[in-house]
Amino acid sequence: MEKTIKRYFPIFLGPTFAAFIIGFIVPFLMGIYLSFCDFRTVIDAKPNGLDNYIRAFQDADFLHAFGFTALFTVVTLVLINVIAFAVAMVLTREIKGTNLFRTVFFMPNLIGGIVLGYVWQLIFNGILAHFDLALKISAKYGFWGLVVVICWQQIGYMMIIYIAGLQAIPGDLNEAAEIDGANGWQRLWNVTIPNMMPSITICTFLTLTNGFKLFDQNLSLTAGEPMKQTEMLALNIFNTFYGRVGYQGVGQAKAVLFFILVVGLGLIQLKMTRSKEVQQ
Amino acid sequence: MSKTKKILALALSACMSLSLLAGCGGEKAPNGGNTSGGGSTSGTPAGNDGSAAGSVYYLNFKPEQDGDWQELAKLYTQETGVEVKVQTAASGQYETTLMSEIAKTDAPTLFQVNGPVGLANWKDYCYDLSGSKIAGELSSDDFALMDGSSMAGIAYVIETYGIIVNTKLLDEAGYTLADIKSFADLKKVAEDITARKDELGFAAFTSAGMDGSSDWRFKTHLANLPIYFEYEADGIGDTDAIKGTYLDNYRAMWDLYINNCTCAPTLLSAKTGDDSVAEFVTEQAVFYQNGTWAYGDVADVGEENLGMLPIYIGAGDEANQGLCTGTENYWCVNKNAKPEDIQATLDFMYWCATSETGLEYMCSGDHMGFVVPFKGNLESSNLLVNIANDYVSQGKTSVKWCFPTMPSEEWKNVLGSALTNYAADQTDANWETVRAAFVDNWAAEKAK
Repeated sequence: MEKTIKRYFPIFLGPTFAAFIIGFIVPFLMGIYLSFCDFRTVIDAKPNGLDNYIRAFQDADFLHAFGFTALFTVVTLVLINVIAFAVAMVLTREIKGTNLFRTVFFMPNLIGGIVLGYVWQLIFNGILAHFDLALKISAKYGFWGLVVVICWQQIGYMMIIYIAGLQAIPGDLNEAAEIDGANGWQRLWNVTIPNMMPSITICTFLTLTNGFKLFDQNLSLTAGEPMKQTEMLALNIFNTFYGRVGYQGVGQAKAVLFFILVVGLGLIQLKMTRSKEVQQ
Repeated sequence: MSKTKKILALALSACMSLSLLAGCGGEKAPNGGNTSGGGSTSGTPAGNDGSAAGSVYYLNFKPEQDGDWQELAKLYTQETGVEVKVQTAASGQYETTLMSEIAKTDAPTLFQVNGPVGLANWKDYCYDLSGSKIAGELSSDDFALMDGSSMAGIAYVIETYGIIVNTKLLDEAGYTLADIKSFADLKKVAEDITARKDELGFAAFTSAGMDGSSDWRFKTHLANLPIYFEYEADGIGDTDAIKGTYLDNYRAMWDLYINNCTCAPTLLSAKTGDDSVAEFVTEQAVFYQNGTWAYGDVADVGEENLGMLPIYIGAGDEANQGLCTGTENYWCVNKNAKPEDIQATLDFMYWCATSETGLEYMCSGDHMGFVVPFKGNLESSNLLVNIANDYVSQGKTSVKWCFPTMPSEEWKNVLGSALTNYAADQTDANWETVRAAFVDNWAAEKAK
């Protein structure tokens, strides 16, 4: 069997590897190169040094988008994880219809971001219209609208991860703690959560990066209105690249900065939560 | 046993690589079809230049005419055997679509720019049309878009916009078109209708929707008026620094639109172009700002009930003000396309502008209903076009389209956002944002 795997691994890995190179590595390297170029379409690039990066940092909208995204990410990271954890705790109890509830909570994840954004836009505007208001007239509405949509979508997914984590905790640990006289809170803080750290690592990583990378829902729900106040980083990059003549290079430079930022934050977060994980 | 495993493994991996290739295959198929199709029919090019080997790919700007272009392309293929692919970009997405399409191997051979500002972005892609057969068909050289001495683009439609009026409703409100001769009249009528809105059962204006499908009516078309009057007053055709002389008139007009429409001004950011059309067609409002291209949408109101008014903003010589007429649709041929494709594209353009079928499709009110700037232009059955012609024959001065000189798409977008923001909360501070978007950002964007 081992021999067979050795002999045939190129057939199995080859297609995926080729797809990875074509779909990821090449565009990525090209993107980095293009961020140092002035161009209209990707085939007529002329290098122009650090110009694009300087212009990216001079763009007040980009800096505002960064602040807005950071705030959004912090809020959703906390909300999603706390609620998903709570739901997971409830749904691992012996109650009737657990599986049905799990399915219902997970389902929003199966809908694509753009569709979700437009559907929720109708819902929000439908409600706000009763008060003669609309989603796009204030950044506050836009912000909380986005938070609601993202929580609704992601809680179910994180819940599944937490449920898997909860079920993996050996029952005797909790039992032993109970016999030692620990109450519910103490067991949660000192037994359950330390044992859940691997799941928490994954979930915080996912919500952190998802928050920063959010694009579809932002585009369809608020499109950055009013006056770019709800424009997040990814949308800002998209608008810079496609919306403005002669700004393609700047958009590309922003994308590279964005990549560094997300990777950097992701690594720091992994390091921080990893150190809290316990070995069973 | 091991043999079955081996076969299974092979079958699985074959499946994987196949599904991978399927993705690429889909892209390639039309190309393959193209060349073989061209090859089999190129022997009998009916009366054309004798080289039907090329193909045409037209990236169309006007979503409302997509169906007609598709049909016209099919008819052309039937007649000459030359493959014509027409793709239409979504409203407001033309530049984005063009940018990604033109970098492809099968790039559009025929695309559009909106005037000098759009041309600046694409001039490196424009084939010089001077001396081409289609250029000889232009009814006036004014309709050619020049880049120095090279003819970069050719206008293919002249359009007119104003305030489309449902005269039946206007009549019910106790007025006629003749009562409205100035901004003051329009304001009086609109505010009177609003005051009696419940009793009449309709509003003055359709919702000035600021959704992307409709906001160009205000950030571009309405904004044209203060720009036009400023240019006229200063005797110029373009400027690096707009002064905003007529911004107060713009504000007055915008106030009139948003405070006398079918919904609360705070809801405008959620209203779409379709909403406006629906409100107009279902007789919820009397006035609807749009142009000749919208005839198909509003024809349901009935010819006898349609009229058009100039957009009076209380500036210039209102007694002689006409509708806004011009073009922002220029055809450009991609000079990086294969020579045979360029030839095929030129032939297609020439055919559209001269052949019976081509002109029928472009000019007839049943199809695109255009006024084309070509010698063969047909009498239009588009009512709005005829109304526009009446204004000209009465000696009214048409308002020129100055918005192709707007500095950039960004300028329009920022202005649009500022207008939406102001509509929701009509304070002087918010109008200051509009002013900044109009005046300060003009200079900033022109400098780039």
